[in-house]
Amino acid sequence: MSATALGPSEKASGLGKARNYARHYWWFIVPCAVVVLATILFPWGFTLFMSVHDWKIGGGREWVGMANYQKLFTDERFLSSMLRTGYFTALAVILPMLLGTAAALAFHRKFPMRGLARTIFILPMMATPVAVALVWTMMFHPQLGVLNWLLSQVGIPPSLWIYDAATVIPTLVIVEVWHWTPLVMLIVLGGLASLPVDPYEAAKIDGANAWQVFRHITLPLIAPFLVVALIIRAIDALKAFDTIYVITQGGPGTASETINIFLYLQAFAYYNMGYASAVVVVFFIIILALAGLLLWTRARVKEI
Amino acid sequence: MRVKKTLGDIGFGFAVVVLVSPALLVFLWMLSLSLKNELDNTAFPPVFIPTEPTLDNFRQVFERNDFFNYALNSIIVSFSATGLALLLGVPAGYGIAKMKATKAAVVILIARITPGLSYLIPLFLLFQWLGLTGTLTPIVITHLVITVPIVVWIMMGFFEGLPGELEEAALVDGATIWQAFWHVAMPLAKPGMTVATILAFIFSWNNFIFAMVLAGRETRTLPVAVNNMLTFEQVSWGPLSAAALLVTAPVLILTLLAQKQIVAGLTAGGVKGG
Repeated sequence: MSATALGPSEKASGLGKARNYARHYWWFIVPCAVVVLATILFPWGFTLFMSVHDWKIGGGREWVGMANYQKLFTDERFLSSMLRTGYFTALAVILPMLLGTAAALAFHRKFPMRGLARTIFILPMMATPVAVALVWTMMFHPQLGVLNWLLSQVGIPPSLWIYDAATVIPTLVIVEVWHWTPLVMLIVLGGLASLPVDPYEAAKIDGANAWQVFRHITLPLIAPFLVVALIIRAIDALKAFDTIYVITQGGPGTASETINIFLYLQAFAYYNMGYASAVVVVFFIIILALAGLLLWTRARVKEI
Repeated sequence: MRVKKTLGDIGFGFAVVVLVSPALLVFLWMLSLSLKNELDNTAFPPVFIPTEPTLDNFRQVFERNDFFNYALNSIIVSFSATGLALLLGVPAGYGIAKMKATKAAVVILIARITPGLSYLIPLFLLFQWLGLTGTLTPIVITHLVITVPIVVWIMMGFFEGLPGELEEAALVDGATIWQAFWHVAMPLAKPGMTVATILAFIFSWNNFIFAMVLAGRETRTLPVAVNNMLTFEQVSWGPLSAAALLVTAPVLILTLLAQKQIVAGLTAGGVKGG
């Protein structure tokens, strides 16, 4: 890494030579690459290795081939956690996308105190998830919680929120929407900031109304940004963990046990490391498949 | 026409209030809970403005001297993980930008989409085997999984955007590429480094899962400690809210102070930890 390691002969170089330097820049990357290999790629290799073993902490390990995977696809608990994850993800993607886009359109306009309003709006995504989850838990309290009091003020019967299997997932979605709508807003806002002015002036001359302008000019132009936001949000919703774990730990019963919670329990509550590794592999394939599908959609949208 | 415009403005103002209020109200409620005594906190209908504002809840949190221990752990972990990430990630971002090796960034993207838990199983076993459990080292190392990709991603984009002429001039004058990096590119990249530092620090500070699995009694970080308050103790809303507020306050203040850089960094990369 040091200057002398590169040798004095390379010091006297012309402009043309500077380009030939390219491979020397490897030395800038090597230390980081080593750490990335150790902390990101090594776990991947090791996980694949573990997933074909019956591996319990404290017990031995035994090669079992694909048995962990076979067990996974007959495990009722895992299959229902997949369904739950799908339900949670669908809601936790659609709502932030709609709200975040609306918010971005609002923050794209100029108005007094816009900077302050935008800062407050993005605070949730910077706040510590555990701390916020604790406050939400208190707000969901069926007897003393502030949310049931608010409902009673507008004449809606109280809800059991996280304490009822039927409402627990939509309730957790509320927290997720609150938390991550700002990220969608920021990405879409970045898209709006990059829009050209000309089509809008042309539309003004042609007498288009606000909705027509949005539908036929803004929406097609920000579509690539919407897809980026969609991919990021979908992946983040799939792997949501902190708030679900802190608020319900997968309960009541297993009513909010998503794949990630199931994975956590298998690995660190039951210490089934081999089985949990198989869950990781399947989970990662699901995430990659979803990302791939969304990228493919994006390519299709571009063609049209 | 003018009336219609005024009505539109009022409607728009109302919409902005509706957009901002969920964020504002949750934080205000957190503050309110932390400043009220137990009587106010368990009252129904809820008391919004404390009848007798009190700092007792905060005093209770501070009197448990392990709070300072956990705060110190959090500070050590987040500062080390951010510092190491800058040391490794800034040169790497520079190298990737110079070599136009953007394909290397795929690894960063994989890190971004992988659930944090999947690193934990193999690393947990590795740390056990190395005998490192019960120290802060494994927690710092796992936090690199969050901070390094953020730094590399932001710096890569930043160095790509810098004009290369200045460094090339330095190289013509006989500087080594290391000198060109240190004396020419680095000073220009300070704004990028600020953004990378802030975001890496915040997402490391907020991280819960790595420390929850890896930390022993003495090595908990603040998010883990505050979660344990909920699980293992008789729940008392005042101290719990006070603790939650103390955990997230540094991050919220940092966000308010550096909102411009944070917005710029997040808009560019869509980065998020964990």
